[in-house]
Amino acid sequence: MRPPTDRLADALHRALLPLLESELPLLESDMTSLVLPGEADLSEVTASGSALRRFLHGLPGVDQVGVEKRAATLATRSIKRASKVQALELAIGMVDLTTLEGADTPGRVRSLCAKARIPAPGYPDVPSVAAVCVYPDMVATAVDALSGTGIHVASVATAFPSGRAHLDIKLADTRNAVADGADEIDMVIDRGAFLAGRYGQVLDEIVAVKNACGDAHLKVILETGELATYDNVRRASWLALAGGADFIKTSTGKVSPASTLPVTLVMLEAVRDHAALTGEIRGVKSAGGIRTTKDAIRYLVLVNEVAGAAWLHPDRFRFGASSLLNDLLMQWHKQATGRYWTSNRVTID
Amino acid sequence: MTATSSVPDLITPTWEYAPAPEARDVVTIRPSHGLFIGGEFVDPADGGSFATISPSTEEHLAEVALAGPRDVDRAVAAARKAFTGWSKLSGTERGKYLYRIARLLQERAREFAVLETLDNGKPIRETRDVDIPTAAAFFFYHAGWADKLDWAGLGPNPRSLGVAGQIIPWNFPLLMLSWKVAPALACGNTVVLKPAETTPLTALLFAEVCQQADLPPGVVSIITGAGETGAALTAHDDLDKIAFTGSTAVGKSIQRQVAGSGRRVTLELGGKAANIVFDDAPIDQAIEGIIDGIFFNQGHVCCAGSRLLVQENVHDLVVDRLKQRLGTLRLGDPLDKNTDVGAVNSAAQLERITALTDTGEAEGATRWELDCPLPERGFWFRPTVFTDVGQSSRIAQEEIFGPVLSVLSFRTPDEAVAKANNTPYGLSAGVWTEKGSRILWMADHLRAGVVWANTFNRFDPTSPFGGYKESGFGREGGRHGLAAYLEPAEVDA
Amino acid sequence: MATRLDVNKTYKLYVGGAFPRSESGRTYEIADTKGRFLANAAQASRKDVRDAVTAARKAQPGWAAATAYNRGQVLYRVAEIMEGRREQFTGEVAVSEDLSSRNAAAVVDAAIDRWVWYAGWSDKFAQVAGAANPVAGPYFNLSVPEPTGVVGALAPQSSSLLGLIEVLAPIIVSGNSVVAVTSQDRPLPAITLAEALATSDLPGGVVNLLTGQTDELAPILAGHLDVDAIDLTGMAGRDTTDLEVLAAENLKRVLATPDTEPDVTDPPAGPRRILAFCETKTVWHPKGR
Repeated sequence: MRPPTDRLADALHRALLPLLESELPLLESDMTSLVLPGEADLSEVTASGSALRRFLHGLPGVDQVGVEKRAATLATRSIKRASKVQALELAIGMVDLTTLEGADTPGRVRSLCAKARIPAPGYPDVPSVAAVCVYPDMVATAVDALSGTGIHVASVATAFPSGRAHLDIKLADTRNAVADGADEIDMVIDRGAFLAGRYGQVLDEIVAVKNACGDAHLKVILETGELATYDNVRRASWLALAGGADFIKTSTGKVSPASTLPVTLVMLEAVRDHAALTGEIRGVKSAGGIRTTKDAIRYLVLVNEVAGAAWLHPDRFRFGASSLLNDLLMQWHKQATGRYWTSNRVTID
Repeated sequence: MTATSSVPDLITPTWEYAPAPEARDVVTIRPSHGLFIGGEFVDPADGGSFATISPSTEEHLAEVALAGPRDVDRAVAAARKAFTGWSKLSGTERGKYLYRIARLLQERAREFAVLETLDNGKPIRETRDVDIPTAAAFFFYHAGWADKLDWAGLGPNPRSLGVAGQIIPWNFPLLMLSWKVAPALACGNTVVLKPAETTPLTALLFAEVCQQADLPPGVVSIITGAGETGAALTAHDDLDKIAFTGSTAVGKSIQRQVAGSGRRVTLELGGKAANIVFDDAPIDQAIEGIIDGIFFNQGHVCCAGSRLLVQENVHDLVVDRLKQRLGTLRLGDPLDKNTDVGAVNSAAQLERITALTDTGEAEGATRWELDCPLPERGFWFRPTVFTDVGQSSRIAQEEIFGPVLSVLSFRTPDEAVAKANNTPYGLSAGVWTEKGSRILWMADHLRAGVVWANTFNRFDPTSPFGGYKESGFGREGGRHGLAAYLEPAEVDA
Repeated sequence: MATRLDVNKTYKLYVGGAFPRSESGRTYEIADTKGRFLANAAQASRKDVRDAVTAARKAQPGWAAATAYNRGQVLYRVAEIMEGRREQFTGEVAVSEDLSSRNAAAVVDAAIDRWVWYAGWSDKFAQVAGAANPVAGPYFNLSVPEPTGVVGALAPQSSSLLGLIEVLAPIIVSGNSVVAVTSQDRPLPAITLAEALATSDLPGGVVNLLTGQTDELAPILAGHLDVDAIDLTGMAGRDTTDLEVLAAENLKRVLATPDTEPDVTDPPAGPRRILAFCETKTVWHPKGR
């Protein structure tokens, strides 16, 4: 195996070739610094907003009709029998079981955590979910309820869902959640700044939140429903990855449309290409609107065929969902017993 | 280079999709089939028959009657007899028959899809999602034309031609039937159709649909056989129209055969389409387009994008990504709903593909093929990509009609156009770039009947299809396609 | 008053915008319908056909790339130039076709008007023959007619000027170039037409006119692989099987022979002759945000 630096150089060269050869002002050093991890390099990028803009606008375009057709074709994959059982268990383990309501109470969060630990009592083959996702003020309750389970506690932060607050508030929101024990932070980007073309500002904020996270993993919510175009989704994906996102996440769930197959496809391409470029693996979280097993399996097929089987892991792909889990459980029981299941036998939490 | 190779290991078992075969029992194949002449199935005059097999398993599917010259006579006579009534029927009523047929095809779509996949070897995903629905759409579209022919562009009261002899290929059996039969019938002609000898079954099932639709006897006759039957049909002196889809060589021989007869001809022949990728292309969709362009239907597509022309400054990137994407193609049982690449249609075609690809290697091109197991029985060819291909190489010039892509490079738009047009063919072309004005400039300069920009291999009943140069003449589909089956009133006067 | 001796014209071929003699050096005698000598016409050969096709191929892309408005103006300009030489055309048509001066003048008027008629089609036939196709999907889909390329044409034998124009104008108005074999026995108006074409802004090579023996030249044109289409109008009433067999070698588009020479007194019912030498190109593009 060749040394990683060679691989990186090769990958960089290949991925950036069109940019390098089409636009004179773009220096190779700019490009390299952008995609390399580490604060020093990021500060270099933020110092050069024009290089950032050139990079993002130099990314290949995404043709809407083409990407939607590809997603629709992959959605016709027929997953049966053993491969379906495997998919169901994988999907259950990828769920960020979520409650993000104004009416959330400690009791509801504890109930959800109980479901997260043992989704199907009496069926030890059914794994726990990946995480429970709550508002910051519910983190302590969730941490308490999940202590010792290995299930992550994720907290939305940064003035979720709109993100319309001053930076110091967003950072305090983040720090509080981490201080209360959240080990995953789901931040929202400033869509207004992004759409206004202030990419540097968006990047700065991501970097600042990443710093505030400390050891907690950062999921960066792009709110793709507000970005409106696939070109924007691709640019925002790279921006978030450059800012240090461990995951890029489609949506808050509060805006329609939330996650869609083609949006997720574009984001999976971004983490795939980012990995090819840097050797670093980042994850994707699809959130909002994924309610049925059929939907979930279609997402897994996308993950498998667009990013690759290496992404079929809760550390690399997540579903942000609430009602999805029960449908997955119903289908799992059906596969296990051969009988169609009833929702009366699946708990409401 | 693959993204996954550089990824740190996690415990991620690969996720194999379990077999998901489409139920085969939706279709019952009769052990032997007669000829469909004058509204009923009849035995061939000479009593001959031939076998049709499933190319994916070499399983014997059915015996099919071999039509000889006397059967051709009978079929043409039946069509001639039916013509008077059919052409005088009001357009509205003719249209209603076609609507019936469209609906029957939709109702029996699953049956047709499975039968097509069995007889042809193409994946069920394609027959189910493309071939059969589009065939039904062709009948539905043309049904509406039947009583609106005054607006077909030939002036008021255009007249039908008479009896059409139609010969279709094996790559899209039912779809090509619909391209031929629907416009002919809508325009008031009657037809004698010969499907390809390796894929006769859906045409014969279509004959049953004609019966169910209560189509008047003789309006559609279907005779089965090989090249000799086809030659007997095109040589028949009581035809008014010949429509042929197939090889350029046979197309030329038909044009010679009808020379001096004044008989109308439509020929949809071979191609060697360039699929041109610029450095500013929407790259992920371009990769899909390249895949769709050449691996759709195992490359058995006359308009296949068999020559990939890549701007030199992104050549390596595109080839890398293409190979990576190819790695996800699933080759195997065509009835499996997850199969992307099915079987080659026949042993003869497999032989031809093999011979031409061997030439490619011999001429110095670099061969890469998908690393996948091939089923033990049946006719199979791995998706193959040739790089370092010279413009003069046979694999860059000749139609392979298989899952084989030749990659060439160019530097400027002018060079791309020059190379794309540097072929006797002119059926289709593809262009991938995000720059709108370049798309339109390229579309203007490409000598091809269909130009797909930022897409490839799209078909629609409203969209005329057909070639420039030696890819043939005449159009199928759209308002333009009607002209192939009508004569302006004044010629009659 | 002493009579002045006429300065007679040397009738030559019209190839690539120039007026060469036949490379073969051959000429043939042209007589009026009463057998009186009119002139010696150049008798084109196989190599003249070759040269004319080369010139036509060279000229075609540029002519097709001209705007439709521009092509229309050029065709109209031909009418203007002909109008200025009306007397000369009338005289030649009269002797060639054995018409009275008055009838010949009517033919010439019709010929001039025919250029005007076709000139007007230049920027309209695509609107009439094109289509925006409502495909079942998110795609823009447009069909447009485009010129076929280089067309070989056998001009009518009796109608030496108007018939020739009825063949030439619809071929070139869309952007084709043409190699035409003129009426064999009545070629003189054609060469005078060439002189009008040469002074009318029509790029050299777009129209090439060969005088000579139709039976000698037709198979060469029909068999030439760099000719994309052939108009057999000049073979009216004759068996063209051999020519069509030759044409099949490169799948030429063939405008078949009528049983009798068509009456071209009035313009045809529509742009059908134009479209006989057009290809329909259909362009797809996705519609997305």
